[in-house]
Amino acid sequence: MTMDATQYEDGSISYPGHPRGPDGAKPVGTIDLSEYTAEVITWTTSTATPPGVREPNTLAILEFDVEGETVRAIGQVTTDDVETGDEVEPVPVEELREPGAGIREPESQDWDGYRFEPV
Amino acid sequence: MTQFGQREGWILDLLAEAGLECLEDAAVDATDVDHLYVSNMASGEFEGMTGVMNALVHDLGMMPAYTQRVDQTSSSGGAGIYAAWQSIASGASDMTLLVGGEKMSHRSTPETTDIIASVTHPVEYKTGVTLPSFAGLTARHYLERFDAPRESLGKVAAKNHENGVDNPNAQFQKAVDLETILESPIVADPLRLYDFCPISDGSAALLFCPEDVAREYADEYAVIAGVDGATDTHVVHEREDPTVMDGVVESGKGAYEMSGYEPDDIDVAELHDMFTILEFLQMEGLGFAAQGEAWELVEEGYTERDTGELPVNTSGGLKSKGHPLGASGVAQGVEIYEQLVGEAGPRQVDADVGLACNVGGFGNCVITTIMEAAR
Repeated sequence: MTMDATQYEDGSISYPGHPRGPDGAKPVGTIDLSEYTAEVITWTTSTATPPGVREPNTLAILEFDVEGETVRAIGQVTTDDVETGDEVEPVPVEELREPGAGIREPESQDWDGYRFEPV
Repeated sequence: MTQFGQREGWILDLLAEAGLECLEDAAVDATDVDHLYVSNMASGEFEGMTGVMNALVHDLGMMPAYTQRVDQTSSSGGAGIYAAWQSIASGASDMTLLVGGEKMSHRSTPETTDIIASVTHPVEYKTGVTLPSFAGLTARHYLERFDAPRESLGKVAAKNHENGVDNPNAQFQKAVDLETILESPIVADPLRLYDFCPISDGSAALLFCPEDVAREYADEYAVIAGVDGATDTHVVHEREDPTVMDGVVESGKGAYEMSGYEPDDIDVAELHDMFTILEFLQMEGLGFAAQGEAWELVEEGYTERDTGELPVNTSGGLKSKGHPLGASGVAQGVEIYEQLVGEAGPRQVDADVGLACNVGGFGNCVITTIMEAAR
């Protein structure tokens, strides 16, 4: 399992990747963010979750530093004992939510990924 | 607009109710309507009913009028205003009816939350993120970064509930005190139940025509002085600054430029308070407050209906009036119209120029409309 971000010809990185980056920049490669730790920018614990999602569901916006270039992601957190500024590391999970329990077609996307644990 | 809340009718009933009331109020025959726009986000997902615009044009006896459905998620209503204005401005239509509506309350809260969250990117969706979760993430960042007190968000909810008391079509016509708001159950920490709009059924309608046609029907009417739409990143965490919605900023710039008005010229505003934090972000994005300072204006009473410099959400906002997705942007326009022509009753403020900001997704797409009283 990987967590692939896309790097563009202007040096910027995005997660997820897009066919074109900022100002139409073309992708030039991928970077596996699961090899990096990240910093918690902000977080929330949701108590009203959709079908097939754990309850409560603690989520965070995370910032990775990839050789001086920052890239952000959203991710589940393994605990609700988290604070802004915490350093977290990825932990692989087979299913982040139950495929098919919600409205989205199960085959239309991946359901595995990473939860993030304070270091 | 029709009564918002838990309604017995289904989507077509709600749309027809608002459309007929609007035509009767304006004394316009259905056969005089050239274009019919229907703002609706998800009748297929909520009710299994697609093609609602074709059904409605028939139910209202408007054939052969051109019709189309406008889906821009929560800003479908604002996008409908933009489309209806374009139809008149381009000369394609001399009389356009816009009807917005949604039927949601028959679904459970988790199901409804999931339908709305289906606007998200796959990498967001698989985390179980919801629109309320985005609000919680943004609110925490805003409060920490700008050292704003949690109570300031509660004051937005209290103000809008107070305004809703005087709106007979509001879902909640009940004042709620700050203590109750701050002690209500947590939904997306740090936000609590009263920081969120309810799940609603309802509809609203507006009629558009050239000014020379309007003068044949009415002495008092409102003019679209400026309108613009803009987008921001689909993936919310890719935004450089989580407290800035570029769609708000850019659509506001466009509407101000087209109208010739500036933020100081606005007498009344309807902002998309689906979550209390959004009222701060829109006040700042539209130039009513500097970044990080909207909470101070709310604390000072700047946005209060009867005593404030800029009354915000005199209708009660989405917070108290309700948020039937496709109807909300149209209902914002109805409130501004009523304020400008002096038909807002106990909610009336002194206003010649009003602004409505309708936000789709979590700022993915935004429509800002500036209306002025006819001179």
